Amino acid sequence: MAAEEGKVDPMHQFTIEPLMGSGGWELAGFNIAFTNSALWMAITTVLLTLFVAGGMKRELVPGRWQMMVESATGFIDDMLEANIGKEGRKYVPYIFSLFMFILFANLLGLLPIGIVGLHPFTFTSHFTVTGVLAIISFAIVLIVGFWKHGFHFFSLFVPHGTPLPMIPIIFPIELISFLVRPFSLALRLFVAMMAGHVLLKVLSSFVIDGTNAGPEFAALVGIPSFILMIGISALEILVAGIQAYVFALLTSLYINDAENLH
Amino acid sequence: MDAEAAKLIGAGLAAIGAGMAAIGVGNVFGSFLESALRNPGAADGQQGRLFIGFAAAELLGLLSFVVAMILIFVA
Repeated sequence: MAAEEGKVDPMHQFTIEPLMGSGGWELAGFNIAFTNSALWMAITTVLLTLFVAGGMKRELVPGRWQMMVESATGFIDDMLEANIGKEGRKYVPYIFSLFMFILFANLLGLLPIGIVGLHPFTFTSHFTVTGVLAIISFAIVLIVGFWKHGFHFFSLFVPHGTPLPMIPIIFPIELISFLVRPFSLALRLFVAMMAGHVLLKVLSSFVIDGTNAGPEFAALVGIPSFILMIGISALEILVAGIQAYVFALLTSLYINDAENLH
Repeated sequence: MDAEAAKLIGAGLAAIGAGMAAIGVGNVFGSFLESALRNPGAADGQQGRLFIGFAAAELLGLLSFVVAMILIFVA
């Protein structure tokens, strides 16, 4: 990654490149190359499937693995029950898949396998990926809302007890705040992951360049930066969990709006 | 001042937004902790709201990062 004059390019890690000579694959005029992003999505899906399959033995006395999977599903179940109510149970499969997929993706992107020459790729640091996830969530909100309430769904934009003269002002505000939801949902995850990874790479350039500049720079810049990097890495693991949780939590809140109106 | 320099200055100014979001996020967790210590029994039930407040405050800081990235790479 150290390109010209020994500088670390912090944006290089987000490059999407076709793997195994698949750069020329086309379908109906569109490039469908198997990229590193697709590879890491596949790895995430396989690991997630293995994780859940390992806990599906349905033993009466659960082992450690089954306990792990059950506490994860129970966590999502509790969250939906608290935010939506009894009808929220039917969204457990979707929210659980969403939460675990994002969580696994975030954590896999932080794996320190760079030391053996492999490059982990965090596909949640791309707006296209998080955008599609947000659009799926938003589509579910729209479909459930119109399916269940019909055009009464528009009463979501006029909160209870709004005085009549205020309605022309409140309605557009509520409508806009509703319509920016998929953007804010996607943007939050994408920027949080991207900013964290850029920060780590910038710090790594401090370590590399500082240590290369001589022993006094190594003591003054390299080692403190390295210690800071360890701390930031721990913080990134926390952020990976929080962002997955926030994505699932906000999706469940939006579904609650569709399910129960206000 | 040429346009390139103005873009970089603008991107740097956008970092103020990140600092402001830091105040906001600190406020969210600080207020939560303050009231959670007064009434620990009610604290667990409010964790969802805590993270909603955190997400809202954080988003506005992340937007400033987006502004900086747009200024550097897109504009």
